[in-house]
Amino acid sequence: MNAVIVLALTIAGIGGTAVVFTERPDRQAVTLSAYGLTLALLFMALQAPDVALSQIGVGTAIVPLMVMLAVRKVKQRR
Amino acid sequence: MSRTARMIMFCGAGGAFAVAAILAILVMPAFGGSSHPYRDHAVVASVHHQAPNAITSINFDQRGFDTLGEETILLASVMGVSLLLRPADDETETRELSSGRVLDVVRLGGYVLLPVTLIIGLDVVTHGLLTPGGGFQGGVILGTGLHLLYVAGRYDALEKVRPVTVFEWGEALGAGAFACLGIAGVLAAGAFLVNFIPLGTFGDLISGGTAPLLSGAVGVEVASGVMVLLSKFFEQAIRITGDKNGDESAEAAGA
Repeated sequence: MNAVIVLALTIAGIGGTAVVFTERPDRQAVTLSAYGLTLALLFMALQAPDVALSQIGVGTAIVPLMVMLAVRKVKQRR
Repeated sequence: MSRTARMIMFCGAGGAFAVAAILAILVMPAFGGSSHPYRDHAVVASVHHQAPNAITSINFDQRGFDTLGEETILLASVMGVSLLLRPADDETETRELSSGRVLDVVRLGGYVLLPVTLIIGLDVVTHGLLTPGGGFQGGVILGTGLHLLYVAGRYDALEKVRPVTVFEWGEALGAGAFACLGIAGVLAAGAFLVNFIPLGTFGDLISGGTAPLLSGAVGVEVASGVMVLLSKFFEQAIRITGDKNGDESAEAAGA
């Protein structure tokens, strides 16, 4: 395990923890998106660029967007 | 099922899983070792099939059947979302858009990045066999890229360039083309999803037999699927509003 992987793992760990400790779901979408980027960096460090690309598309764009739109809808209905 | 019964079931199943997982982890090869039997076989096979990117060769050639399953899962999920997010009885579609405030710099960023993102998406789909990427990744980039119009504050423009019916067809046709290429493999070479067209030269844009065609089919399906998926969420969040009297009428119906 080299220094780059250790660093990327640490950053991803911090990112994941930040998502868990973000309380409001609409803010969580933003931390989730940032966490997705840290995961993509980890996948790059592990020499998996294909997975990193999927992660950026799905984990940092689509899923947070879906969460945000769902939160917006739920707020409307209240 | 009672709470106690559920707890007993969870502890039994969870305990068995924990024991099996720990035993498996204990005999796993160490992290980052140099012995990778699967890689050794997969890379040789992908070079034989004229595919520089072994990952795409695994996804669309060596393990094409797995990819068919994954694409079917995506198709089913998008269908489920379309079904669940259709306007309910007490919801009405509104025509006027509440125009939020968009910072000029965000607007500019959206407009500048839109063509760049679409070109990157097309590039990732077409060069999937040569460089990292492929139909899935490129499709996701294409499907999300158009939504930069929304980021730029132009939801009305996004709706114009997003004929949902076309994308619904695109999704079905992409998934269908994947299955048809598989069946063509049965007819031409005797096995499902087996390569049946000439492999070409290693490193050429058009090479690798059926893999780039399957990747392209997945690209069409995923890009269309993401468009349909997000359009349903956007319609619910922006266009469809709950009837103000919805709660009262629900109470009246219950009474």
